Amino acid sequence: MARALIKVSPNPKRGEVIEIKTLISHEMETGFRHTNTGTAIPRDIITTFVATYNGEEIFAAQLFPAIAANPFITFYTIAKESGTLEFRWTGDNGYTASEQVKIAVE
Amino acid sequence: MKRAAPVRSGQAFVGAAPRPAAGRVRLFVAATAAITLSSLSLAADIPLNERRSSYEAMSAASKAMQDDDSANPATLWVLDGEALWRAGAGAAGRACADCHGEAPQSMHAVAARYPAYDAKRQTPVDLEGRINICRVEQQQAAALRPESKELLALTAYLARQSRGLPIESNDDRLAPSIEAGRQLFQRRQGQLSLACAHCHDDHWGEKLAGISVPQGHPTGYPLYRLEWQGLGSLQRRLRNCMIGMRAESYAFGSLEFIALETYLMWRARGMPMESPAVRP
Repeated sequence: MARALIKVSPNPKRGEVIEIKTLISHEMETGFRHTNTGTAIPRDIITTFVATYNGEEIFAAQLFPAIAANPFITFYTIAKESGTLEFRWTGDNGYTASEQVKIAVE
Repeated sequence: MKRAAPVRSGQAFVGAAPRPAAGRVRLFVAATAAITLSSLSLAADIPLNERRSSYEAMSAASKAMQDDDSANPATLWVLDGEALWRAGAGAAGRACADCHGEAPQSMHAVAARYPAYDAKRQTPVDLEGRINICRVEQQQAAALRPESKELLALTAYLARQSRGLPIESNDDRLAPSIEAGRQLFQRRQGQLSLACAHCHDDHWGEKLAGISVPQGHPTGYPLYRLEWQGLGSLQRRLRNCMIGMRAESYAFGSLEFIALETYLMWRARGMPMESPAVRP
């Protein structure tokens, strides 16, 4: 039941600095833990996050085992034109997730 | 041989120098006496107007996280719960929504009055218990495991429908359970020989290992605890406290836990629900 939550103002003014908040559900298993019987729990984390605005990359991040579960990433961009913000998370074991948000610049 | 130095109050935790045995015995006696004395004042309820949610003691960042649905990680469970509410389950193939309709209407203020009295079973049932009764009897599905993602998601979705509403506890049939819960709350247990009341009635607001001792009102469950990196129920929290007291925890869904929950909800009656809350 993986899902992501995005919050961004849907109708920003042209040239306005807008805040983009992203939250995704993920265990972020560090790879450093063991079960009660001593077997190592393999690492399972999100490793990269990329945000694009009408195809142009506006923000990217690398994630590591010290990031808590359900990573919450916020960043800013300038509202230049109406279009689509796309977010993509990739990680261990072939994990990928993506989400899109449309904004209409006034 | 060196004579035992007289032990003055306040000396107990100062310095790491080895103490003569006699001093240690006296210290132990003094500590025991202090605990015994403090227990004389036990059983005084917190005055209603002095009750505080531990939300108030949180950092601005944690408060902001709880207040903004898009930043509150518990929202992920709420959304999963909404999907489960609409999904058919069990041999009956029925969804919660098929009988109960839209949760914002049918489940409005419901979580605020749980645990509620079940006339058929003649016992109080908590929200998790009620969901599982419905699953087994109406949907003919297997009961969900305590603390499973599905059960937490459904509980969070239902509890969300009571956010901001006052906790209700005015069913007379709950009185025996409330009293049983009070007994458990005030009973010493575990290797530390502590009762819940020692911290949460008598010493709230003081520090325990650098952390402020909360009054222990269950206003926000199920809640996202940053320490857990996940959502957890009130029973998980109670279990946490019992392990801290070095007591053996009750089983999930046991009568003892339900009695404690019933007592805690009575104790927090009238306080606004925050579910699903965020706590450090």
